[in-house]
Amino acid sequence: MSDLLARVRAGDRRALARLLTHVENRTPLGLAAEREFFRQTGRAHLVGITGPPGAGKSTLIAALAREARRLGLTIAVLAVDPTSPITGGAVMGDRIRMLDIASDDGVFVRSLTSRGRCGGLAPSLCAMAHLLDAFGFDLIVLETVGAGQDDVEIARLADTTVLVLVPGLGDHVQALKAGTLEIADIFVVNKADLPEAARVVGDLRSLQRLAGAASPHIPIHATVATTGDGVASLLQGILDHRTQLDATGQRLERLQRRLLSEVRFLALEALEERLDSALAALPENERAALVTRQVDPRTLAERLLKGLRLNLPLGSH
Amino acid sequence: MVEQAAVATGRRQRSRPLRVLIAKPGLDGHDRGAKVLARALRDAGMEVIYTGLFQTPERIARAAADEDVDVVGLSILSGAHNQLFPQIMQELRRAGLDDVLVVAGGIIPKEDIPHLQALGIAAVFGPGTPLHEIVAFIREHAPDRERGS
Repeated sequence: MSDLLARVRAGDRRALARLLTHVENRTPLGLAAEREFFRQTGRAHLVGITGPPGAGKSTLIAALAREARRLGLTIAVLAVDPTSPITGGAVMGDRIRMLDIASDDGVFVRSLTSRGRCGGLAPSLCAMAHLLDAFGFDLIVLETVGAGQDDVEIARLADTTVLVLVPGLGDHVQALKAGTLEIADIFVVNKADLPEAARVVGDLRSLQRLAGAASPHIPIHATVATTGDGVASLLQGILDHRTQLDATGQRLERLQRRLLSEVRFLALEALEERLDSALAALPENERAALVTRQVDPRTLAERLLKGLRLNLPLGSH
Repeated sequence: MVEQAAVATGRRQRSRPLRVLIAKPGLDGHDRGAKVLARALRDAGMEVIYTGLFQTPERIARAAADEDVDVVGLSILSGAHNQLFPQIMQELRRAGLDDVLVVAGGIIPKEDIPHLQALGIAAVFGPGTPLHEIVAFIREHAPDRERGS
């Protein structure tokens, strides 16, 4: 099976696809690959794309991919779609591949499901992005589940976070103020051919003015993803942001923050799992004691925590 | 049911969900059947990638390869199956997807089925096939690759 790792190292795309499955599912081989390839990461630029459902994120990414290829950049996309909390199943629409870029070797698209994870992401997203980075893709786009105001995790995992907004969401811009608006490095107003688009751009501008000179200026791009209008300029904006991160030394700072977030997510996930099984194993008399008010939630929580041995091996259950 | 149990108990699965690509090859613009099936497979706990309409054999194979699916479901109503399916099977093989389960559905005359099965298409489901039959078939025949332990 380590044959698969060798094939990936040699640039075999099919092997990459198979290894991504192992990484996604945290098989022993996938975990070994994660460790092995991590040292070869750090070259790719990670772009997070987020925004409400129906904003045109997938179509925009397809258009971005086409522009990236025009500049000779290779691009991999990890597109996250929601998992049904009931059945665990998911339907992932494949709008990105519908273009002429479908058979281009410089474009790789992989759909994954959130598998119960909140925040618009998926549990193995970072690890899969690392593998694509090591494989040599220049740009790696992380598309989140169409999410709302609190979809901020993406910003901790990407070098550049793009927030896609559209006209017709009314005062969503206002509502978003304290959430995703704060984490964006670039704003996109997509569907800019719709009549209300100029107003959304204006709203964003006045929001920025309200925020004052102290807060960073965030570029606003108007795009029509379906025709490609404004997309070349958006890609340039993303590349400029990268240059700017390099020039100001923020790139390393962000990288460290990004990797620490990943450490945090992995540790937290293991903790939650342990906690969930401890909860599930709680004896009936302790549950009853809670209901009859003989023990309070805080005391029980403390007892649970005491019982957790925290030397948890990750991913090897 | 394995898929269901795995997801219900937490984020990390002991057995991963089956991944299925539902593809609409060629020029027919009717995808109600494909969507109904996609939904049914989803409800059965599978991860379904739907390609949308008008896919070429090359694109279907590329998507199946990159997405590393276990199953490819082809939906066709145009009558072009005898032309398109051999091309798709060839492209799938060229992409190294020998172990993928391929099933088909749509308007396909009975007399064409043996020929399609000889190509490597495991089953052809005509109109009116109960969805649970398709789900059961896929569960039973999807390749038993090494899954998450």
